[in-house]
Amino acid sequence: MAAAHHGRRGVPVIWGVVTFPGSNCDRDCVHVLREVLGQPVRAVWYEERSLEGLDAIVLPGGFSYGDYLRAGAIAATAPVMRGVRDAAARGVPVLGICNGFQILAEAGLLPGALLRNRNMRFVCRDTWVRVETTRTPFTRGLVAGSVLRMPVAHAEGRYTAAPGMLRRLAEGAQVVFRYCDAAGRVRPEANPNGAAAAIAGICNPAGNVVGLMPHPERSAESLLGSADGRLLFTSVLPAVVVG
Amino acid sequence: MTSAAPPRGVIERAPPPLAETVGLSPAEHAAIAAGLGRAPNAVEIRCFGVLWSEHCAYKHSRQVLRRLPSTGPGVLQGPGENAGVVAIGGGWAVVFKMESHNHPSAVDPYNGAATGVGGIIRDVLAMGARPIALLDSLRFGPLTDARTRRLLAGVVGGIAGYGNSIGVPTVGGELAVDPAYRDNPLVNVACLGLVRVEDIARARADPPGAVLLYAGARTGRDGIGGAAFASDVLDKAAEQEDRSAVQIGDPFAGKCLIEATLEALGTGRVLGLQDMGAGGLACAAAEMAGRAGRGVTLDLDRVPRRERGMPPHEVLLSESQERMLLVVLPEGASPLASVYRRRGLDAEVVGRVTSDGRFTVRSGGAIVADVPVTLLTQAPARRTAARRPVPPPRAADESGADGPAPDAGEVLLQLLATPEVASKAAIYEQYDHMVQVRTAVRPGRDAAVLRLPEAPPLGLALAADGNGRWCAVDPYGGAAASVLEAAANLACVGAEPVAMTDCLNFARPEDPEVFWTFAQAVEGLADAARALGVPVVGGNVSFYNEGPAGHILPTPVVAMVGVIPHLGEDGHPPEESAPIVLIGEPAGALGGSLYAREVWDRARRTCHRPDLEGAPRTLACVRQAVRRRLLALAHDVSDGGVAVAVAETCLALNRGATIILPEASGDMVLFGEGGTRFIGVVAPERLFDLEALAREHAVPLAQIGHLEGRRLRIRASGRAAVDLSLRRLRRAWTSLSREDL
Repeated sequence: MAAAHHGRRGVPVIWGVVTFPGSNCDRDCVHVLREVLGQPVRAVWYEERSLEGLDAIVLPGGFSYGDYLRAGAIAATAPVMRGVRDAAARGVPVLGICNGFQILAEAGLLPGALLRNRNMRFVCRDTWVRVETTRTPFTRGLVAGSVLRMPVAHAEGRYTAAPGMLRRLAEGAQVVFRYCDAAGRVRPEANPNGAAAAIAGICNPAGNVVGLMPHPERSAESLLGSADGRLLFTSVLPAVVVG
Repeated sequence: MTSAAPPRGVIERAPPPLAETVGLSPAEHAAIAAGLGRAPNAVEIRCFGVLWSEHCAYKHSRQVLRRLPSTGPGVLQGPGENAGVVAIGGGWAVVFKMESHNHPSAVDPYNGAATGVGGIIRDVLAMGARPIALLDSLRFGPLTDARTRRLLAGVVGGIAGYGNSIGVPTVGGELAVDPAYRDNPLVNVACLGLVRVEDIARARADPPGAVLLYAGARTGRDGIGGAAFASDVLDKAAEQEDRSAVQIGDPFAGKCLIEATLEALGTGRVLGLQDMGAGGLACAAAEMAGRAGRGVTLDLDRVPRRERGMPPHEVLLSESQERMLLVVLPEGASPLASVYRRRGLDAEVVGRVTSDGRFTVRSGGAIVADVPVTLLTQAPARRTAARRPVPPPRAADESGADGPAPDAGEVLLQLLATPEVASKAAIYEQYDHMVQVRTAVRPGRDAAVLRLPEAPPLGLALAADGNGRWCAVDPYGGAAASVLEAAANLACVGAEPVAMTDCLNFARPEDPEVFWTFAQAVEGLADAARALGVPVVGGNVSFYNEGPAGHILPTPVVAMVGVIPHLGEDGHPPEESAPIVLIGEPAGALGGSLYAREVWDRARRTCHRPDLEGAPRTLACVRQAVRRRLLALAHDVSDGGVAVAVAETCLALNRGATIILPEASGDMVLFGEGGTRFIGVVAPERLFDLEALAREHAVPLAQIGHLEGRRLRIRASGRAAVDLSLRRLRRAWTSLSREDL
């Protein structure tokens, strides 16, 4: 087990993992942060309103509220989202994974929307993504242009946005990950859901709120096939300004 | 209510035809009347109809099922509860159960399959375990038929829709086709759960004075009489008429129910619990009382309902999904109810445990049913005749020549493209097979492997196997072979089997030939389980699987769980020219094989009987070779024989191979099935150690070739039989198109 990592002033980074009704990757994220990375983690129930004291927040995957209405639509109005909004405004790193990404998009904390996959079916398999920017707290420890192997598991992961927004995302370095092949080439066959511009993950203009469809917590231990996803979590550690 | 007097407020006197419509025979109706000392009322008859159905009572099968060995050193709970429980070490136990949802899936494939998943998950939950994996075993008519493809797509969608949403990974399974399954597909789902040994829960209603806490979704009119529906034959009109017997699942409620129930169990206040599945509230309450030798009273007015105007029998027997019945002390009811309500679920006290041994139901101030629990839960066994089928006269062409032997390469491509052998990626990629971060070996290999973060370095392996083709020719041998194959799949990942469960799919048991076949298959399962020392900790019987066109193939399916004591990462991929070996008795036959179906268009009667004496040695040898990393890859020889197993090995490694098979008659050596045999790829420097291990176990081992280039070349009987590029093999093997599914 890894030794506890510490923030800039030697104080441990305190992570919050939010559980909505229907979240199903919350325990997986807690496992990776607590058991694999030795980080202190607070499990946050969706009815909590304040997220004071947390240094980084994860909105995990799953089917919040059964994905009824639209994936993430109901969770985006849950009480805890007030705390997420406040934390995001303060610059706290916020990571939305899969359903968490859908929730951030529905809440307006990230632009665009996630539509039903092009083939209309759920897809669970490994994908490769290329790191497009290292300016976010979750990619700070990575090399731009490097390739990570992480699995996807979703039915509604086809990123879309208005053409003007897609252009602004590209120009503003808000595209964080693009689907690619193992060699880093962006190819249609490497795009599992038909996402616009092969977008797998984006960030807000400030860069502290990141959403992505692939699951870094499922690729954080080599026994499960890939440890690449661990880098998203470890990137945060030196970046957090504690206090 | 302690009196055995005739119930007051009887709503109607039931005419005998009601007994008939709920599936009770005249003799059974008479037995009920004799047991009660009066004629049962309409509500009671309907309760008996469900609790005495084959689905709930196993009245045809239980005599035969006693043949299965169900005890062993690790067994903490055998048959009789909601699922079996086996210790795996470190204070942990696995809970394990498989069930069919065949008829609902034939009528409404999406909801039928989805609710099958929900039900089996709650059976595992009822033992106090967190559900951690699902397997699906599917059988359909030929996929060339558009209606069959629609059914398959619906079933896969239903399993995905429910399993993905509740966060339990579907990590493996199997698919087979035969025209006999066209009208009556088989949808068998197994669930595995994990529990601390000290936290195992039971479905018992005890002590008297405890209350029954209803928890979960509200009760509606869906699934009325589903258990009885499962115990009858599907007819042509069923697809239209029986939809009300199919439940509708709500995976979101199911997920909330799992988490709330695990939290409730964690309080230590839950004395017993059971899913309100088949037979609904009546069955859950009566069975829990029956196991404890107690009675229960139910107050239907307190049951949370989704619709108005439901008569008592509908409230009692509704199979609405996502509901559990908990037994708790009165002071525990309120704190536990708040656990459920916090997650948006209903929770109400609907009855209590009594010491009078009676099943008493009140509704609207009147008593609407009052019968002894033992009478309700102990259906008399039905005597069933068994008769060995008379084999059809041997066709003239069956013993003689088959005309010119087909090109072996073409046959290999044809077999690789069959649904049994072809890549199931189009199916399993629709299932979330990685949630819970346990899946160390993903679907598509011989067995799925789960790591247990709770108890490292322990790993669990899972496999499901059945072989209706073989059972149609030899039910004893085919059933035994299914057990051996499941064990072989586990051996390929180095796992030692600790328990198995079964799902026995047959046609109507009143047909003496069907019953004989059933009994033979159970005998085969029992003998194979004994030979391997693997207990059968639970199971499910599904009779009446037949359509207008006739019976399904007799299809016992087994799911097996094994333990890997030290789960590690895969070693290096084998290098070019690594030796390829065949391990195990060089046995096999074409009777009942995939080859017979594809090339001859019929099964043959000559089957290879499994070698129950030699198989355990071969399995132990391969298991140890995998654990000691003497084998870089092991793969068992099953559908399509050695040729298909070698081709699959090439596809798994993305490497070519050159194979030379010994002299033997015709296509038997290439495509013959049967026997416990493995293809292994060996690191050259470990070949000597592997040979020593095989000698130690007295297991035949022959080097039959090596990895080479990008083509598969097989020489058999002294001639070049197969010479195909990897690309052509892969194209055939990826025939199950995503668009169809």
